[in-house]
Amino acid sequence: MRAPWLDGAPSREIILLCLLLAALILFPALANDYLITVLILIFYFAYVGQAWNLMMGFAGQLSLGHALYVGLGAYAAAALYVHFGISPWLGLWVSVAVAAGTGGLIGFLAFRFGVAGVYFAILTIAFAEFARLAFDHWSWVGGSAGFFLPVANYAKNDLVNLRGSPTMFYYVLLAMTVGAFLVCHALLRSRAGYYWLAIRESPEAAQALGINLFRYRMYVVVLSAAMTSLGGVVFAFYYNNLFPEQVFHISRSIELILAPIIGGIGTLFGPIIGAFLLTALAEGLDEIMRTAGLDIPGVKQIFYGVCLLVVVMFLPDGVWPPLAKVLQLDGQRGQDQPGC
Amino acid sequence: MAALLEIAGISKNFSGLKAVQNVSFNVPEGAIVGLIGPNGAGKTTCFNLVAGVYRPEAGEIRLAGRRIDGWRPDQICRAGLGRTFQLVKPFAGLTVMENVVVGALKQSHSVRAAKQIAARVVEQLGLQSKCHEPAGSLTLPDRKRLEVARALATAPRILLLDEVMAGLRPTETDRMVGLFKDLNARLGLTILMIEHVMRAVMALSRHVVVLHHGQVIAAGAPGEVTRDPAVLECYLGEDAL
Repeated sequence: MRAPWLDGAPSREIILLCLLLAALILFPALANDYLITVLILIFYFAYVGQAWNLMMGFAGQLSLGHALYVGLGAYAAAALYVHFGISPWLGLWVSVAVAAGTGGLIGFLAFRFGVAGVYFAILTIAFAEFARLAFDHWSWVGGSAGFFLPVANYAKNDLVNLRGSPTMFYYVLLAMTVGAFLVCHALLRSRAGYYWLAIRESPEAAQALGINLFRYRMYVVVLSAAMTSLGGVVFAFYYNNLFPEQVFHISRSIELILAPIIGGIGTLFGPIIGAFLLTALAEGLDEIMRTAGLDIPGVKQIFYGVCLLVVVMFLPDGVWPPLAKVLQLDGQRGQDQPGC
Repeated sequence: MAALLEIAGISKNFSGLKAVQNVSFNVPEGAIVGLIGPNGAGKTTCFNLVAGVYRPEAGEIRLAGRRIDGWRPDQICRAGLGRTFQLVKPFAGLTVMENVVVGALKQSHSVRAAKQIAARVVEQLGLQSKCHEPAGSLTLPDRKRLEVARALATAPRILLLDEVMAGLRPTETDRMVGLFKDLNARLGLTILMIEHVMRAVMALSRHVVVLHHGQVIAAGAPGEVTRDPAVLECYLGEDAL
């Protein structure tokens, strides 16, 4: 895992990014509704994948229960909106607080008592399962029968209450994906970013260099949980229904880590590339199946499995690092800068 | 004058094995002290007790007068103690420069300033031609150098070196010896070194502590210690002279 994000990104990279961003901003004007919904899905996975990647890719803390934070964020903002008419733009702060608090609790239990590696991952699964069972029996938010938001009139966009057309969600999620990218980019150039990478590479050596492991691990878990919960808020208002059996299910946790794994763990572009590849290919497969008149249940899961297998076998660092090399976007810092 | 590092009667067992027993010695400010002894004598355990990896079961450790036994390694680092690992632990996925920046960030919260500090240290250790290479691709001697660079970048008052000369060619050893001599003379850096390479120990230390079976069996000037019958018997052997 190289680190192609440190030290002055080449202008070529920035130009390409700006072109891509411009294309994405213009996209809804040219595309049909179906393509917009596909892009919405891609942005969602890129965003939550980036949030997960912060924790796993940069600080080396494996979470297999990130659906927990999506779910908490979704339920908190949705419940406040449905029960009290509070705008999601205010509700999201509660979502962030709840998710960050829960992440902090898990982190505290794990890092205070030396639960690390696989055992930490199991702890994250356990908390997601606790939440699933608890929400199943919590009638205030619908219990296992599900929690529903009033379905919006798509003719009019109401950004304040996040009620509106897919195009509105498209732009909201595009902004979030770009925002998450910029935040992670800045974090990685900060002191905390260096410390997270050091902890990922060797906790003992990091500690010997004066890094408080507990503190920096807590930071990253809380931050990742908070970021992920925002994805949950948009998820709730976009789909308008929440079922604990789906939202908190482990398959959701797995689904949201596939993009960064396939794109490249520990890279800033990995989650984005991964989300594009996975979602676009899965939707393409769907389309082919439909045209062919085939209906095979579970084909998407099998497809995900095959993708994962191919990446693990042939591209262990993910798609982005070799792609960056081909596109000559990996900085080539060594050649550009003589000496240090 | 009180010593910078005072070790008084520290002990550590590993499930019955007495790795370090009642070890006491001092490292005065500005000194270079060598810690020698045969394999398994408890030298690295001793280091790990001082650096906070293990908590001593008995005894006291003081750094600049403050008790540090029982502190975490990061607290001890911030108190002014830098260390290298015998089994090197580079941040393999990061470049050489980034590795050293992590150390330098203890001195400065600003990444920009830390990079400047790191660049100087990288140059001191002769790693500048490799500063953008991933640390995982370095040869062992370069990894040892990187260990030293990273520890130095934290601007320690005392540096604990665990066999940093092992595996170096004689010319490289001399270069490293020269560097430590210079740091000691110019900045007053205090050094405690575990070393098997006698060439380096003799060149650097005016005081040597010999450990055997977890106990101090001799201490003094290198010339005296190497003539001590107990030391000859356990460690150097007749042939060494």
